[in-house]
Amino acid sequence: MCTVCGCGDTVQFDGKRQTELLPYGHVLAQAPAKHTHGHHHGLGPAGLSAPDLSQARLIAVETSILAKNDGYALSNRAALSELGVLALNLVSSPGSGKTTLLCKTIEMLGDAPLAVIEGDQQTSLDADRIRATGAGAVQVNTGKGCHLDAQMVGRAMDALKLPRGAFLFIENVGNLVCPAAFDLGEDAKVVILSVTEGEDKPLKYHDMFTAASLAILNKVDLAPYCDADLDAYEANLRRVHPTIEILRVSARTGEGMQAWVDWLRGRLAAKG
Amino acid sequence: MHELSLCEGIRSIIAEQARVHGFTCVTVLRVEIGRFAGVEKAALAFAFDEAMRGSEAEGARLEVIDLPGHALCYGCDRLVDIEERFSVCPLCGSAKLMPQGGDEMRIKDMEVI
Ligand SMILES: Nc1nc2c(ncn2[C@@H]2O[C@H](COP(=O)(O)OP(=O)(O)OP(=O)(O)O)[C@@H](O)[C@H]2O)c(=O)[nH]1
Ligand SMILES: [Mg+2]
Ligand SMILES: [Zn+2]
Repeated sequence: MCTVCGCGDTVQFDGKRQTELLPYGHVLAQAPAKHTHGHHHGLGPAGLSAPDLSQARLIAVETSILAKNDGYALSNRAALSELGVLALNLVSSPGSGKTTLLCKTIEMLGDAPLAVIEGDQQTSLDADRIRATGAGAVQVNTGKGCHLDAQMVGRAMDALKLPRGAFLFIENVGNLVCPAAFDLGEDAKVVILSVTEGEDKPLKYHDMFTAASLAILNKVDLAPYCDADLDAYEANLRRVHPTIEILRVSARTGEGMQAWVDWLRGRLAAKG
Repeated sequence: MHELSLCEGIRSIIAEQARVHGFTCVTVLRVEIGRFAGVEKAALAFAFDEAMRGSEAEGARLEVIDLPGHALCYGCDRLVDIEERFSVCPLCGSAKLMPQGGDEMRIKDMEVI
């Protein structure tokens, strides 16, 4: 991120910095003196030039703040639909078991064509775990960014060269808040909630649970050890989202995994 | 929510508008935010001042217009206005409501020089 004005970001794809992703024609500056922008900081003492107030006018904008993201999401969705690829945006708090669930899912899907986009602020640990299963994966590091956006996903899709009729799993940055607002062009958001997180989470972070079509209640093998009330989890999920689908799963023991794999195959068949 | 990323969106829209309309300075920016958009107004105002530094909108006044929230009631199958995310249906008292709209985040207009 630009240290002078706070704009920009340092997104990395598999460890390679993507300077062309920076907005406003940025070049990452070494020092404030070499700070290069498409815009200017002004020349006055406070970094502002004094404008002529008599020229004031009103401009109607009527544009969504996320219009840029939504534009990229639209083109991702068109590309996915062209290929008959089913894309799922996996969202959750950190450590709910997204990567573990994916590794198990890949194993169970056998020969089905699939690819994975891994989003994390740092490290390629999750992409390494996915590649160890033999599946193709691209790691996107968002740096300080707390969510994946549609432009990052579009570029990762290009890098993956998706086969026709494949599953595309997008593991978002572990964060129950921000990813809810960013459409990636996916067919559905799947929220993973592990039973160690507390029954109140759907109520506290309702935006995410409202946005998701399916909730996976993961780590049910641990329910007896942490007095988890699975019915209370489900009741709170439905309080926030009356029609949400819910699956009870343990990515560790495999319990409930077949229902999830059936759900996936059903959605792919419905799309193709 | 992610007020800083929203401000980055605002900033790039302003830059685009400046290119099209040829202005150098924004004095007032009006945004419309839905009640269920998950945007904290105080956090947005704070992030706005930070994020606009060095842009055409540095020092601009941010005005936030609230948009109402609606929900579909699964109890009586009607579209109702609600104040809070967890309000019950004002018509039938059901708690099974699904928000419809109210998640808008739009730049309405701006005063520029
Ligand atoms: N007991 C149990 N542990 C699980 C289960 N699923 C995942 N775990 C464990 O939970 C921890 C976190 O799992 P990850 O798969 O890394 O979680 P994640 O959501 O991908 O984490 P981030 O990507 O860092 O947000 C690991 O120690 C897993 O072994 C499960 O079903 N049962
Ligand atoms: Mg992970
Ligand atoms: Zn009702």
